[in-house]
Amino acid sequence: MTTSRKRFTAPQRLLHWLMAICILSMLFIGVGMVSTVTPRYLTLVQIHKPLGIAILVLALIRLTLRFIYKAPALPPDLPEPIKLAAELSQYAFYALMIGMPLIGWGMLSAASYPVVLFGGVHLPSILPVSPSLHTLLWRAHYYLAFAFFACILMHIAAILFHKLIRDDGVFEAMAPVFSRNQPK
Amino acid sequence: MVQSSASPKSFRLGPVVIIAVVVGVAAIAFAYTAGWLSPHRLTPKKVVAALAPPGGPALGHRRNHAKGICFTGTFEANGDGSALSKAPVFVRGQYPVVGRFNLGTADPNAADAMVRVRGIGIRITTPDGQEWRSAMIDAPIFPVSTPQGFYELLTASASKDPDAMKKFIAAHPEFITFLGWAKSAPWTGSYAEERYNSLDSFLFVDGSGAKHPIRWSLVPAAQPVSVPPDELTKRGPDFLEQEITQRVAASPQRWSVIVTVANPGDPTADPNKAWPADRRTVEVGTLTVQQIEPERDGPCLNINFDPTVLPSGITTSDDPFPAARSAAYSRSYNSRTAEASYYPGTTTGAKQ
Repeated sequence: MTTSRKRFTAPQRLLHWLMAICILSMLFIGVGMVSTVTPRYLTLVQIHKPLGIAILVLALIRLTLRFIYKAPALPPDLPEPIKLAAELSQYAFYALMIGMPLIGWGMLSAASYPVVLFGGVHLPSILPVSPSLHTLLWRAHYYLAFAFFACILMHIAAILFHKLIRDDGVFEAMAPVFSRNQPK
Repeated sequence: MVQSSASPKSFRLGPVVIIAVVVGVAAIAFAYTAGWLSPHRLTPKKVVAALAPPGGPALGHRRNHAKGICFTGTFEANGDGSALSKAPVFVRGQYPVVGRFNLGTADPNAADAMVRVRGIGIRITTPDGQEWRSAMIDAPIFPVSTPQGFYELLTASASKDPDAMKKFIAAHPEFITFLGWAKSAPWTGSYAEERYNSLDSFLFVDGSGAKHPIRWSLVPAAQPVSVPPDELTKRGPDFLEQEITQRVAASPQRWSVIVTVANPGDPTADPNKAWPADRRTVEVGTLTVQQIEPERDGPCLNINFDPTVLPSGITTSDDPFPAARSAAYSRSYNSRTAEASYYPGTTTGAKQ
C-alpha cells in the first residue's frame, strides 16, 4: 500500500489537516460538554453531532483516497518496532475516525434521541432502543475518546520526533505546504 | 527555542523538551476542558449526585421524578400555534404522544400523598420525525432562579447543619415564593386534575423568522377537586397511579395546551418569576391521554424527557434551566440505563 511519491497527494494532505482541526475540536467539545450545566452545554452538543457526522464523511473520503493514492513509504532506516507502531497507528486512526461517529450515532439511536444535525434536518435511527446497547455504546464512546486523544498525543510526539530528532522527511510527507526541507 | 548546547552530539535535549512541552500542554488543556482542574465547576455529575437520597440513588430509576407511570395519547393541533411557530407540530392535525405522569421525588417507592410536586413528561412526534419533548410540573413557579441555586437547595436540604435551610433561604429569598405555593396550594386526588407548566421560557420562531418568548401549560379539562392531605394519605401509597389508570380506562383525559406570550421586559431568564396574569394566551391544541401503561416495559421507560429536544420552530431562550436540565437528565439517563438490571421485575412487585 505504498507509492513511490515522497509526499501524500494534495487532497490527502488537505483532508489530514482539515480533519486534524475537526477531530481535536471534537474531542475538546466532547469532554467539555459533559462537564458543564451552563448554556454552553447545548451549544457544544449542537456542534458535536453534525461535526461528528462531517468527520465520518471526511474519513470515508479519505479512506477512499488512501486506497487510490496510497501512502509514501516510511524511511528504510527506521527501526522495525517504530515502523510497526507507525503502521498500527494508522489502522487505529482510521478505525476511530470511522468508528466514533458511528458509535455516537448508534448510542443516540439506542437511547431514542433524535439525531438532529441542524434545524429540522435529522438522521434516521440506526439501532433499536435498548438500554443495554446504549450502555455498551456510551461506554465505548467515552473510553475510546480518551484513547483517541492519547493516540493523537503520541502521533504529535512521533511526528516531532521525526522532524526534530531524525529529520527524515516523514513530516514533510504530510506537511500542509512545501517546506524548505525537501524529503530526500 | 534554544537547543541545549551542553548535550552530546548523539542526544540533543532541546527537541525532547519541545516534544514534552507540546504534549504536556495539550494534555493539560484537555484536562482543564474536562473540568478535572476546576473542582468548583457545577457539573452534571454534581447536580445528579445531589439529587440522591442519603442512602444513594434508586438504581435503574430516573434520578429525580423517579416514580411515574406511562401513557400514550395524541396531541391535536388546532392550527392557531402556527402564527407563533413554524414547528410542524402546530399545523392542524393529530400527532402521537408518549408521556409519563410522575412525582417530584428521587424515591420510586414514595407514597403518593407525601410528594408535593407532580409532573408530566411528553414527547410529541410529527410525521417528519421531529420531536417536541417537554417535562412540566404543577407548581406555578420553579423553586429557585438559577441552576446554581437549585444545586444549593439540594445540598441545603440534605445538610446535617440545622441552619442550612435558613442560610439557603437568606441567599435565595426567591425560594419563599415557592414555599408559599407548597404550603397553601390545594392538593387534588388525580394526575388528571393538575395543571402542568413549562415554567421555563422558550422561543417560538415563526415563518418570518421572528422570535416570540413564550411559556406553555397543560390546563386540565377535568375540574380540580381539592382533597385534604390527610385524606390522600388514607388512599394508599399508589393512589395516584391507580386512580389515573381507572380514570383513563373509563374515558380519555384531556388538557388544553395553552401558550402564554411574554410582553417585552417580562422575565424570561428566571422560571421563579411568574408573568402577569393578563398576558396574551393562545390555545394551540389538545392533549388527550388515551391509555395508561405501567412504567416497566412501558413506552416511556427508555425515553429521556429532555426539554431541549425541540422541533425546528422552537428554541431555548436566555433561561439557563433547559440546558442545565438537559445536561443532568442525560447523566441520569446514562446511569439508569446502565443499571437497567436493577429495575424491579414489576413496578409494584416489591409492595405486593
